Amino acid sequence: METNFYNTPGKHKGILAWVLSTDHKRIGLLYLSCMTAFFLTGMTLGLLMRLELIAPGRTLMAASTYNALFTLHGVIMIFLFIIPGIPAALGNFMLPLQIGAQDVSFPRLNLMSWWFYIIGAAVAITSLFTGGGAPDTGWTFYVPYSIRTGTNVSLAVFGVFLMGISSTLTGLNFVTTIHRLRAPGMSWFRMPLFVWSIYATGWVQLLATPVIAITLLMLMAERFFGIGFFDPAKGGDPILFEHLFWIYSHPAVYIMILPAMGAVSEIIPVFARRTIFGYKAIAFSSLGIALFGYLVWGHHMFTSGMSDEARMIFSLLTFLVAVPSGIKVFNWVASLYKGSIRLDTPFLYIMAFIFLFSIGGLTGLVQGALATNVHVHGTYFIVAHFHYVMFGGTVFAFIAALHYWFPKMSGRMYHEGRARIAALALFIGFNTLYFPMFVLGWQGMPRRYYDYLPHYQPLHVVSTVGSWILATGILLMLYNLFRSLRTGEKAGDNPWGGTTLEWKTSSPPPVENFEKIPEVTTGPYHYQ
Amino acid sequence: MVHGWTNLSSSVDSVFLFIMGISLVLLVGVTGAMVYFAVRYRRSRHPRAENIEGNLPLEIVWTVVPTLLVLAIFWVGWKSFVYMRTVPQDAMLVKVTARMWSWHFTYENGATSEVLKIPVNRPVKLAITSADVLHSLSIPAFRVKEDAVPGRENYLWFQPEVTGSYDLFCTEYCGMGHSAMITKVEVMAEKDFNAWYLEATGKSAPGKAGPDGAKLFAEKGCSACHSIDGSPKVGPTLKGVFGHRMTVLTNGKEREITADEAYLRRSLLDPAADVVKGFPPIMPSQKGVLTDAEIDALVEYLKTLREHEHEREH
Ligand code: HEC
Ligand code: HEM
Ligand SMILES: [Cu+2]
Ligand SMILES: [Cu+2]
Repeated sequence: METNFYNTPGKHKGILAWVLSTDHKRIGLLYLSCMTAFFLTGMTLGLLMRLELIAPGRTLMAASTYNALFTLHGVIMIFLFIIPGIPAALGNFMLPLQIGAQDVSFPRLNLMSWWFYIIGAAVAITSLFTGGGAPDTGWTFYVPYSIRTGTNVSLAVFGVFLMGISSTLTGLNFVTTIHRLRAPGMSWFRMPLFVWSIYATGWVQLLATPVIAITLLMLMAERFFGIGFFDPAKGGDPILFEHLFWIYSHPAVYIMILPAMGAVSEIIPVFARRTIFGYKAIAFSSLGIALFGYLVWGHHMFTSGMSDEARMIFSLLTFLVAVPSGIKVFNWVASLYKGSIRLDTPFLYIMAFIFLFSIGGLTGLVQGALATNVHVHGTYFIVAHFHYVMFGGTVFAFIAALHYWFPKMSGRMYHEGRARIAALALFIGFNTLYFPMFVLGWQGMPRRYYDYLPHYQPLHVVSTVGSWILATGILLMLYNLFRSLRTGEKAGDNPWGGTTLEWKTSSPPPVENFEKIPEVTTGPYHYQ
Repeated sequence: MVHGWTNLSSSVDSVFLFIMGISLVLLVGVTGAMVYFAVRYRRSRHPRAENIEGNLPLEIVWTVVPTLLVLAIFWVGWKSFVYMRTVPQDAMLVKVTARMWSWHFTYENGATSEVLKIPVNRPVKLAITSADVLHSLSIPAFRVKEDAVPGRENYLWFQPEVTGSYDLFCTEYCGMGHSAMITKVEVMAEKDFNAWYLEATGKSAPGKAGPDGAKLFAEKGCSACHSIDGSPKVGPTLKGVFGHRMTVLTNGKEREITADEAYLRRSLLDPAADVVKGFPPIMPSQKGVLTDAEIDALVEYLKTLREHEHEREH
């Protein structure tokens, strides 16, 4: 049997061989398994909310339970799942392989980041069962409500704070790794686009996350000592919290989406068997998004009472930052032109990604325009929009990448037939679940509503039915991957015929990744 | 789609349609091209790919054209927004106070209402604030929305064009009763409105002695959590609360108390100090929210809610 990083004995045994390992591949898989568990938890909460909303009035639960549910769902999906997301799970595993390195620059720091993440997650989850009960503020923790509520907000916020440390350190680690550890011959413009996207993301993590850390500390100080940063009676201002929160949380949107875009840029050339169209345009648009993404946070606050001049400037900048995303989409589609395309599951998810992400992005224009923002802000239109970009965008790309790299990570191939059925169920379920929300939102249905007026019911019913189809797809997709870990055919080192470095080593790779560090002489997508 | 309930609706809707038009073209273009390529160049039909690294003129085109498009969208959105923010001189002013979880409208002549009553075809300016946490006033049919922020007065305006009754929602999450923080906008014929307005003025004319506890109880959102007829809601019923013996949790320890006046006052000003057993500690503190006179009036009112009183005259 070939040696690989699974069967090579290390210092520790059993579970310790994982939770104390500094091997980036093991750490990546640790993140991946935790995130899968959190995703399934978040999904269950989402299904419960949808069930409650199938009819007006009380269906299953009390209002306070519903409010705790959407808070948890948001906190879990954002801070425990999608912010670590692709970089922590797949980035950890693939980044050193893709640049021909043996590990990241700081393997111990990498392990510590995972520990911060998992302790933070544990603290956040403990907050549900202790103190005044599960937090009920929404994932945005807006003051003054988050200061006044008797629920266990402080502990949840502390958990998020710890996870923020994890994210910052991961960003630092990846940026350094990309600067220092590229294989000989891998110049910046020979880096795979996935690496570019992780690089841009790393900077955002490093520079934006401290802002949320400060904000959350201020919130805790308010709760414990009543200092008055945000309390108008003491000369503070609740709007300050909104600014601070979004100064982080808007760039965080790019922490979520940039790596997904990287994965898309990675998968398209392989399945089209040709080089990517506009390599530099795609690489630079990642940097552009990361840079200008800092300047548009105010678009979450167009009705907050901010000055009209500020609203105008934030609206203008928001529109400009939309352009690089558009450029990427055009280049991806152009990369199919005169290709030789194989419609395997990863590619099917990529097509779904392009369609759903376009809908998410284009409906963002409605929110960026001041006049229409006022009408849709705080409604189901927003709920639909961010599920289209985060779920239809990031999560679909994540799933695509998971299928794409599955043979590399496990050494086996997943079952193609089942994978396609799951993809179809996911796509249909997703649109049935979320598309009606655009209509509901335009009709005025507010978000975070436990109860609603009866005329909104028909579309809510459609949406709830969609959630069942979607969940079936997710479960089938995961079942297929898990089962294939045991029963899948042996994949070989390079089942897709990929040209990037991770395909030049065995599947699964050995502990030190490459027997001999490869020498790079061409661009990443060099076919023929 | 609803059309033309106010002067703003049609302008907002045309911005929306403009954006939707552009979006649809882009979406169909991108998706169509993608699907066409996937079919046309599938491996069985097109086994040898051509390596095309890029095309500078094309990159320039799809950078510049979308930039121009989004600038155009920005422009129409902003133009229409400027109109939404420019309040006519003769607008009628209504002050709005949001609190957990009710709306309160005060007119220039001192009239007050829980429903927003306004005359048709006259510009109305709402000056919005909050007594406790963030809220947001949204009237979907009118295409308007603005947050209610404590310590700050935000505004919006519109001119209703059709009489009728419209939904008014709270669209900024504000706790348990958020989804119940709904009221109506009544757009009335000029004549009907004036009749109501003059009548309402008389009622709340100054000179009346002190605030009215029963009215405060409804207006300040107490009735969202407390009943006065013995039925439990989110909070305990307040029927017969005065003089009642009960178990409360003080710093997590149970103790028996009798609800005297001091206790009632403490319940309002520092509700977390003694929490009634079996209820969540969510009663909002009224400290700094209600005036001393209002607290007195509420406590007096609570004292009147005796056990044996079935019907209370007003
Ligand atoms: C968010 C819902 C909520 C609102 C709004 C609310 N209360 Fe309460 N109230 C509660 C709950 C829950 C309790 C029981 C827990 C406690 O004692 O803190 C309570 C307790 C009380 C008590 C003590 C009752 C007893 O049996 O000892 C009084 C008196 C009271 N509230 C009065 C008011 C008044 C007056 C208002 C309006 C200004 C009001 N409440 C608004 C939820 C609410
Ligand atoms: C798996 C199926 C999912 C279902 C059924 C679902 C459903 C819902 C529902 C019903 C709401 C609340 C609407 C409201 O009352 O305002 C919601 C909110 C939210 N969802 Fe999801 N969702 C799912 C997946 C996701 C994913 C994958 C993400 C992100 C990666 C996500 C992120 C969020 C966020 C951030 C909120 C807002 C929470 C808040 O208002 O504080 N959801 N979702
Ligand atoms: Cu944003
Ligand atoms: Cu509200």
